[in-house]
Amino acid sequence: MAVKYQKSAGLTDNALTYCPGCTHGIVHKLVGECLVELGLLPDTIGIASVGCSVFSYDFFNCDMQQAPHGRACAVATGIKRVLPDNIIFTYQGDGDLASIGIAETIHAANRGENITVIFVNNAIYGMTGGQMAPTSLIGQKTTTSPFGRVLQQHGSPIKVSEMFATIDGVAYLERVTVTTPKHIRNAKKAIKKAFQYQQEKRGFTMVEILSTCPVNWGIKPVDSLKWLEEHMIPVFPLKLFKDTGEFHE
Amino acid sequence: MPKVLMKGNEAIGLAAVLGGCDAFYGYPITPQNEIPEYLSKYMIEHNKVFVQAESEVAAINMVYGAAGAGKRVMTSSSSPGIALKQEGISYITGAELPCLIVSVMRGGPGLGGIQPSQADYYQATRGGGNGDYHVIVFAPETIQETIDIIKESFDIADYYRNPVMVLVDGLLGQMMESVDLNKPIKKRFLPPKDWATNGMKNHSGRNVVSSLNIDPQKLENHNLKLQAKYQNVIKNETRFECINMEKAEYVIVAYGTMSRIVRSALEVLKEKGINVGLIRPISLWPFPKEAFKQIPSNIKGILCTEMSLGQMLDDVLIANNGKHPVGFFGRTGGMIPEVEEVVRAIERFQETVVK
Repeated sequence: MAVKYQKSAGLTDNALTYCPGCTHGIVHKLVGECLVELGLLPDTIGIASVGCSVFSYDFFNCDMQQAPHGRACAVATGIKRVLPDNIIFTYQGDGDLASIGIAETIHAANRGENITVIFVNNAIYGMTGGQMAPTSLIGQKTTTSPFGRVLQQHGSPIKVSEMFATIDGVAYLERVTVTTPKHIRNAKKAIKKAFQYQQEKRGFTMVEILSTCPVNWGIKPVDSLKWLEEHMIPVFPLKLFKDTGEFHE
Repeated sequence: MPKVLMKGNEAIGLAAVLGGCDAFYGYPITPQNEIPEYLSKYMIEHNKVFVQAESEVAAINMVYGAAGAGKRVMTSSSSPGIALKQEGISYITGAELPCLIVSVMRGGPGLGGIQPSQADYYQATRGGGNGDYHVIVFAPETIQETIDIIKESFDIADYYRNPVMVLVDGLLGQMMESVDLNKPIKKRFLPPKDWATNGMKNHSGRNVVSSLNIDPQKLENHNLKLQAKYQNVIKNETRFECINMEKAEYVIVAYGTMSRIVRSALEVLKEKGINVGLIRPISLWPFPKEAFKQIPSNIKGILCTEMSLGQMLDDVLIANNGKHPVGFFGRTGGMIPEVEEVVRAIERFQETVVK
């Protein structure tokens, strides 16, 4: 009997620790598939960040390092500089990347570090129990913004990809989501391209993936997908922000 | 090989290279800037890695990454910068990675000053990172000794899979001395780095570098393993020097720049007919408690001297364990004591007794 579908060899057999309905699982699968299809697993070192994806070092089927909160891009820089021919990626949430780790991420991008950042933006702190993130939407209720995010108090949700599009060291940058099969296919294309650009040593590559957090949003998984499309995409439009184009030797 | 005249900070950089340093990650801060300045040229010219990070926090995490990848890596900084590195140092010890950290102390607290100080003894030996961990700390007193220790420190770090900190102050960093770069170092058997995250093509199975142990029993077991390692460090790496102990009436304890001043004071005191010995800890952690066994039982007291207001004093009191009267003399904030001040401190020892 022909195999129609199977778990990616880019993932280990360990059971995922993510909540039911969370889209981290889809993103993991896409990253794993891209690494397998590009034949990169034996060369890859992934960086797990702090947050829900802290255990991702147990899930990706390659060498992994677990980084302190926000420091994934610094850890990645350290490795990439001594192993320039290996493939290095970070897997970071919006708290890790856009709040505590924004400095490390900006400067890695600005140096044009030849690494790939998988940035999962679900507009909330998941692991710690649903606190406000720098990407939380105006009016969004969280455990630390019980009256909703207020512009005058908390500022606007930070638009990471818009900001990074201004940085010269960025070779590829796209914001995608995984709410439908079509979006999932696009997301995979973006992730694959980011890794390919890294293979070609073209600089910093990042894919921002709008993701759901049904448990901490307090919304059922299917409704969460709808909520993401109706509320997050208008604030964080899906867009190819930067693509340095065809590779020329 | 003839001796060469070198500035302390530059000698630190060159010694690290001679010790096999593959990569330097750092951030500017006075009074250690000559280390990254020197290496920014040398490392690039020799096809090695030099990165000026965006902060001390980023620099120590770059060290964490590259050390995890199995390379010999270092950072250097000074007091407030070392404060910023404490989180990373805790992770590095937790993940059992080797690296070299050079700390060139200046006056504190806060932004403090930029003159030489020893007020970061606690910071080095107690640390500010979380958890039950230790960093192996050496405090040389000459540029020659600094070079010799730094050349060996990558081996020591690799052997124990633990950070080594070389602790000097701004005076040693900024002064010049003639040095021999080619003194041989102790040969150690170093196990292969089969744990390194350098890609699965280089080893069988997946390698993971992490300090996370969510199961408390596993975390306790990991800590017990670390403690067993630290016991080996205490047994094998404790270093000190004892001078003029046999006929000593008093014993001074001093390290680094302070011990250089005390050496001169011993000569002055001898001319005055007062016999004083010196215990010079070279390793600050592990602290050389056994040096105190060499103290004659009939001495009048121990004087702890530091360029701080009394930090190593804690370890001196523990090592002494109430046996002899202990006095303290220290200057701080970047004030370097005069020889005469140490002489006077011995002369009025009874007034300075702590216990």
